[in-house]
Amino acid sequence: MNPVLLSFLQLLFLMILAPAISWFIKKMKAASQNRIGPKLAQVYADLWKLCRKDMVISETASWIFHAMPFVLFAATLAAASMVPILWNHSLFGFMGDAILFVYLLALGRFFIALAALDTGTTFGGMGSSREMTLSSIAEPALLLSFFALGFHARTLSLEGMTAHFANASSLQILFFTSLAFGSLLIVTIAESGRIPVDNPATHLELTMIHEAMILEYSGRYLALIEWGHQIKQLVFLTLLADFFFPWGIATTGGAAALGLSLVFYLAKVFGLAFVIGWIEIHSAKLRLFRAPDLLTVAFVLAILSLLGQLIIGRGV
Amino acid sequence: MELFFYAQVLLHCLGGGAGFLFDQQSESANRATHFLAVAAGAAGVVFSLAILLTGKPWIFELQGSLPVGPLRFVIDPFSAFFVLTISFLSFAASLFAVGYTREYQRKKNIALLGFFYHIFILAMLAVVTVQNAFYFLFFWELMSLASYFLVVFEHEKPEARSAGTLYLIMTHIGTAFIAAAFLLLYVHSGSFSFDAFRFAAATLSPAVKNAVFLAALIGFGTKAGVIPLHIWLPQAHPQAPSHVSALMSGVMIKTAIYAFLRFLFGFLGEPFAWWGHVVLALAILSTLLGILYALMENDLKRLLAFSSIENIGIILLGIGMALVFRVFHQPFNGGFALMAALFHVINHAAFKGLLFLGTGSVLHSAHTRQIENLGGLIRKMPWTAVCFLTGAMAISALPPLNGFVSEWLTFMALLLGFHGAGAGMPFFSPVLASLLGLAGALAATCFIKVFGISFLGKPRSEHAVQAREVSGSMKLGMGILAVSCLGLSLAAPQALKILAKIAGTLAGTDIPVETVTQRIFLISPLNSSLFSPLAVALVLLALLAVIMALPRIIFGKKLVRTGPSWDCGMPALSSRMQYTATGFSKPLRRIFSFLYQPTRRVELEDEGHEMLRTAQRFEARITHPVDEWVYRPLAALVSELSQKAKRIQTGHIQLYLSYIFITLILLLLFLGGHSS
Repeated sequence: MNPVLLSFLQLLFLMILAPAISWFIKKMKAASQNRIGPKLAQVYADLWKLCRKDMVISETASWIFHAMPFVLFAATLAAASMVPILWNHSLFGFMGDAILFVYLLALGRFFIALAALDTGTTFGGMGSSREMTLSSIAEPALLLSFFALGFHARTLSLEGMTAHFANASSLQILFFTSLAFGSLLIVTIAESGRIPVDNPATHLELTMIHEAMILEYSGRYLALIEWGHQIKQLVFLTLLADFFFPWGIATTGGAAALGLSLVFYLAKVFGLAFVIGWIEIHSAKLRLFRAPDLLTVAFVLAILSLLGQLIIGRGV
Repeated sequence: MELFFYAQVLLHCLGGGAGFLFDQQSESANRATHFLAVAAGAAGVVFSLAILLTGKPWIFELQGSLPVGPLRFVIDPFSAFFVLTISFLSFAASLFAVGYTREYQRKKNIALLGFFYHIFILAMLAVVTVQNAFYFLFFWELMSLASYFLVVFEHEKPEARSAGTLYLIMTHIGTAFIAAAFLLLYVHSGSFSFDAFRFAAATLSPAVKNAVFLAALIGFGTKAGVIPLHIWLPQAHPQAPSHVSALMSGVMIKTAIYAFLRFLFGFLGEPFAWWGHVVLALAILSTLLGILYALMENDLKRLLAFSSIENIGIILLGIGMALVFRVFHQPFNGGFALMAALFHVINHAAFKGLLFLGTGSVLHSAHTRQIENLGGLIRKMPWTAVCFLTGAMAISALPPLNGFVSEWLTFMALLLGFHGAGAGMPFFSPVLASLLGLAGALAATCFIKVFGISFLGKPRSEHAVQAREVSGSMKLGMGILAVSCLGLSLAAPQALKILAKIAGTLAGTDIPVETVTQRIFLISPLNSSLFSPLAVALVLLALLAVIMALPRIIFGKKLVRTGPSWDCGMPALSSRMQYTATGFSKPLRRIFSFLYQPTRRVELEDEGHEMLRTAQRFEARITHPVDEWVYRPLAALVSELSQKAKRIQTGHIQLYLSYIFITLILLLLFLGGHSS
């Protein structure tokens, strides 16, 4: 198949799969609380319905408020388009490396935090302030775990790193990068707004972060934000799968390889979603000023991963 | 080409005097002096670009009976790069000044402002081109003094006067160290000319080298605002008129970077490893503390001044790595690190200039610099808001603007340490890089606070309600810089072609252009990762277009109703219920409380009973550790010593004469003993 078309299709696949991951975690939580939980079609129906609804917009809001959902979605999608999903190429992987990936997400975050301040409510300001505080600490941890992995792979391009780990022997991977896995997992939890950092299911002013920022949004804009958030979550899970469970990813565009890769990929991301869901079920949300401690742990893990590689040497 | 050089010098000379031909407080004086500055800036841009593109240096020499030899200016590509930065920013700032200075009409002497303004720019240009230590010091001092007079231009304000005094003291301490560094080189080489310094560099003894390095580091570090020598910067920069603040933060502090590079990669020969480590340590300290203190600031211009300290830190990160690579004989990597530093020099000039001009607009029309008193300006000043947002995004290193490109290069320069440049570097370089990431994220937080609180939401004071969009020339000045923030990013491959040559010359190697950039891509020397600002911009644009179009096509246009923001059922949200800037930065103040050591005081007054409260006062402050732990004890020590020295000062002139006499005799004895 045409590589560009294939890369495009895998991105489309990721976009469509993203709500299903959120559904899976919701369903897990429901099961743990003896509820039935939503059907799979429900998450898609929610997005569809939001798109068809009229919007109510605050009279204080400026053009920033209107631009934000589009910028956020575009930035998230641009970041997603750099990540190898089913085969180890990506649609726009040529435009930059892991650092660009991190800063594209920062671009989306910049606008969501601004839009939160745009309506002049306390909720927005609070969410914005908290989000930026936590992400200020999460971002260096994310960068450092990329550096630790890049040190091993000798490149910072996401495609290059994926290709490196796909070809490395499995023991080696586990040995050198398990600490970075812990780091990246914590960042994933923080970035996708999950317990114990943030609670996606609450509207209590004491606890919410992400929800506080988007409180004023409705209709189509809200659909874009929600969907974008789900895509971001899946992108992080995909990265975890690419780097730490690289087995099965297709290296050619052949149908058999892709089919196998699809099965592996679904198993990997749902497995990782299970881990996230499991953590969410078994822990309580941290107090806001405890969350930085958790993120510092991520930073330290990344440092340790780097140190470990340096001490033992990467030639092993 | 040289025509433009003469034009620039002549226009600045004319411009300095032009204001005095008219009524000195009039609009005519303003126009004459500032339009000449605009023209001079434009001439400088053409001239320096011509040199950068051809790569041929241009020499201008003034012979005659001058005190220490001919006055020689050499504009090589390295100097031309700084001439370009200065000219470009002064071009935009002068355009802005035409509108901004109307504020002073009939109140202040505009001709005098123009006089010092032109001297200031001309002295900066001379500093980055002159080839003789003696004249360098002369122009350096001229630059400092002219900027001092600009800082105290609004001398009716006590804070401007005290900031000016502090600036004057600090800048002279710095100049003393620079003079010492030059004198040491003079003793060694027997000449004040830069060529002689370069020629004699190889034979410098290690002790002299170290002494010169330290003196240059302290001297130029003071001007650049490197922590812990920065204390004057956040005081002095905000006091000057905004277009001057833009020049001070955007380019004046870079002249120190220029001179420091001349020392490190010209006069000092082979460096020692600890130099690089010291520079890196100071750089990361400045980067982190600079942005952390900017975050806590609620005065727009002081905040920007602190953020300048951060950016100087980022530039020094590149320079520090270049030194380390030089020690370990990796000239290519060293050149790459220098390229990152130089690119950040011009990028920072563009976006910091833009932000200062934007702040000037806010100050001009809302008459306050306090973020807490602003709000909702995006409706009143849409043009200023867009420009300010561009600057805020660029300084937060968001793609696809120029701030991200030079930070990306700095990341790469740091990560090159991966492959070994002395013990510890493979570990420290990625950690430094992640700390740079921390600074970037904090900068984003800081500028969300600035833009979000002052431009978005509801107006927080009558001043903000009354604000109006600024005049055409001010809009144009900001617009040019905003466009350049995007332009410098998209044209990064072209810029790197020029910078590769300059950095290669400095690092003493040839950096083949195709190793750092190809077509629209920048190439990371770290194994095959590419980065293309143009591709990022196009991809984002294309995605935006699709995302905006698709839902409209599928679901059609939907009804949009406007209503009040959600008020929890409690009607009438007022502007005072919004989040404040202080509240916004509160979580970080708590997380970094070990650094800020915040204190607060609540005073309650009542009439005999706590229910009859008449007044409440709340005060919160944070500690600046360098001020507290370094300068306060130092000041105490100086005043204590002065008290002791007072004893020998009786006020009798005879006694003073005898002091002079005794000193002379001692000196003669010393010299006599020395020569025999």
